[in-house]
Amino acid sequence: MKRYLILFLMIATPLWAVQPDEVLPDPVLEARARVVSRELRCLVCRNESIDDSNAELARDLRLLVRERIVAGDSNEQTIAFIVDRYGEYVLLKPKTTGSNLLLWASGPIMLLIAGWIGFAFVRKRRPDAQDLSKAEQARLDKLLSE
Amino acid sequence: MTAEIGHFSLILAFCVAIVQMIIPMIGAQKGWGSWMDIAIPAAITQFMLTALSFAALMYAFAVSDFSLQLVVNNSHSAKPMLYKLTGTWGNHEGSLLLWVLILTLFGSMVAFFGQNLTQALKARVLSIQSAIAVAFLAFLLFTSNPFLRLAFPPLDGQGLNPLLQDAGLAFHPPFLYLGYVGLSMSFSFAVAALIEGQVDAAWARWVRPWTLAAWIFLTIGIALGSWWAYYELGWGGWWFWDPVENASFMPWLIAGALLHSAIVVEKRESLKTWTILLAILAFSFSLIGTFIVRSGVITSVHAFAEDPERGVFILAILAVAIGGSLTLFAARASNLHSKGVFSLVSRESALITNNILLVVAAFVVFVGTVWPLVSEMAFGRKLSVGAPFFDLAFTPFMVVLAMVLPIGAVLPWKRADLKRAIRPLWGVMAVSVALGALVLVVQTGTRMMAPIGLTLATWLVLGALADIGIRVKLGKTSAAESLRRVRNLPRSEFGKMFAHMGLGLMIFGVAAITAWETEDIRIAKPGESFEIKGAWSTYEIRFDGVNSFDGPNYRATQGEFTVLSNGREISVLRPEKRVYTVSGMPTTEAAMDIGITRDVYLVIGDPQDNGGWAVRSYVKPFVNWIWFGATVMALGGVLSLTDRRYRVAAGARRKRRQAVPAE
Repeated sequence: MKRYLILFLMIATPLWAVQPDEVLPDPVLEARARVVSRELRCLVCRNESIDDSNAELARDLRLLVRERIVAGDSNEQTIAFIVDRYGEYVLLKPKTTGSNLLLWASGPIMLLIAGWIGFAFVRKRRPDAQDLSKAEQARLDKLLSE
Repeated sequence: MTAEIGHFSLILAFCVAIVQMIIPMIGAQKGWGSWMDIAIPAAITQFMLTALSFAALMYAFAVSDFSLQLVVNNSHSAKPMLYKLTGTWGNHEGSLLLWVLILTLFGSMVAFFGQNLTQALKARVLSIQSAIAVAFLAFLLFTSNPFLRLAFPPLDGQGLNPLLQDAGLAFHPPFLYLGYVGLSMSFSFAVAALIEGQVDAAWARWVRPWTLAAWIFLTIGIALGSWWAYYELGWGGWWFWDPVENASFMPWLIAGALLHSAIVVEKRESLKTWTILLAILAFSFSLIGTFIVRSGVITSVHAFAEDPERGVFILAILAVAIGGSLTLFAARASNLHSKGVFSLVSRESALITNNILLVVAAFVVFVGTVWPLVSEMAFGRKLSVGAPFFDLAFTPFMVVLAMVLPIGAVLPWKRADLKRAIRPLWGVMAVSVALGALVLVVQTGTRMMAPIGLTLATWLVLGALADIGIRVKLGKTSAAESLRRVRNLPRSEFGKMFAHMGLGLMIFGVAAITAWETEDIRIAKPGESFEIKGAWSTYEIRFDGVNSFDGPNYRATQGEFTVLSNGREISVLRPEKRVYTVSGMPTTEAAMDIGITRDVYLVIGDPQDNGGWAVRSYVKPFVNWIWFGATVMALGGVLSLTDRRYRVAAGARRKRRQAVPAE
């Protein structure tokens, strides 16, 4: 139970995510910082972005993100900067490289398979596609040969 | 003493479950009536024993019996009585006992109300239901016994997590479990049908209400959990794609697919194999969900290693239940012969499309949920899969589903003329697209979220109404005749209408909050006023002051804010910051001005050096439509459940049986 309690403390300690003193004066830069923050994971939390988290580490990361953005980095460069230091684990949106292609492609591939099976099934059940019974076939042959 | 009674009756329930698992099944195979009939009293006894055990545990929580380890860890004498009682299932052991209680409740309901089932089918269903109970009772008794005593009881308990003291959270597990476990009925019926080798319309008429009930409970349970997160966690998020949420979402999606495919079995005697497979899958996802939540394996591999016994036990249950049922399916499914023929454009095809979309969407959620684990074990890549992935990978399926739904809903069975069928919908489509376009023009920025969301929502809501209109020949005949037809429509038609409309309302809420939410973070001093711009209106917020007071078991700092719109006061909000004295844990209580078109959501934070306070305010447009939509969906389910054909479904099968002379 202690484990669940700790988990709950981590997901749920509410209070503050972005604090007033972190907000950048330039609203455009701030908006970009928010977008970037939502894609980065708070490393000590459970499934929370640094934008939502109030952990100390999340705050440090938020400040770092803003620092990079103010320094002139693009969103991608900022994310790359953080990933370089904290690893792939920090990304809430996994990269589309290597084995992760499987993850990203799983939906479309499954849709193709399921769609194909479904289509084949429906085609088979079309009224005119029903197989004739042997007797019917024989009768048909007879009629045709006449 | 009561704890021992609870423990003993749990052991007895386990013994009864073993009997109920074996004897009726043998009876059904051999055709021995008296062996089959044992299932009925056994199921009822099993339920009563489990209920007694649960009552004993609840009593221990109510009187704060700190000689029980579980009570010590999860309760406290200072808790309000309501939360002492709900604390019974606010922990691993107690929640599992509740799980089993609901399982046996469903079993006893089949025993009690199932007079019109054939003797053999009933015996088999109850036997399989009991097999699940055996597995979980064993799990409970051998790895998670809730009735363990302590040699030296402490003076007071340790469990007083203030966040969990909330009605929304306290009541959402029972709903979720009613849903999860309700799907065990569909599973038992599916496996029994595979053993019997027979699936017919009467079978579907039996399975559908159970699935529908489970789906309704899941809908309510998920909505309650989401609503709780919204008002309690302090920033108004309502869905996080957390593994625990996904665990309940996957069975919901599959149950939705199952509901629709069972219609095809019932009305057209087609899609039998697929429906059986879905019934197995739906419960499998429930089990997987239980596994995810209970073993903690997804949260971190280490959590699993901390407590391998439990994890391995559930994994074994999973393997036997899923593996066994799928093997049986593979062996027997080809014996099930579907009858109906239908063309490419037909209600049947539309429902197959629905099934494909829902199942693939559930599959995506599943892959995303387990990917961190798979990736670490198979590829050595430690990574996270969070909301941005699911938003991208899951949403398209729902968009397509919403696009085809109103068309599929009006197609006739067997063979349809697409042009003719959708003729009445052109107007609806035009209105929907026009509304979306209007939003696109009016809104600032070019994000497509809101326009698409509004178009789909209108399309779904008006489409559902149009469907009823078509059915009653609105405009094609006299108003009086249409009205007469409305009265004669089966209730399930209105169920369908509400469920589909609910989906539309929910989509609109989701799109609106995602596109139009506005936020303001600032330091404000008492006496100051500030403005927050909503998507279409501006609110002035006046910070009137802060006071402190003591609650029953916490200290609170409460801000007072007046919300004004165009200089007119619309409400006074009092967000709080609490520190619970026993745990020292801080929480926020957000304050909301709830409205149909928007919520104004205020949170107060820490005091600042300059005498100001950190204040966060949001305008959340149409956010309540999300839960309102879910409620409307559930209401649709209830309407459908009370349809006349389920109430009279009774006679159907028996009559047919009688008509055919004995084998």
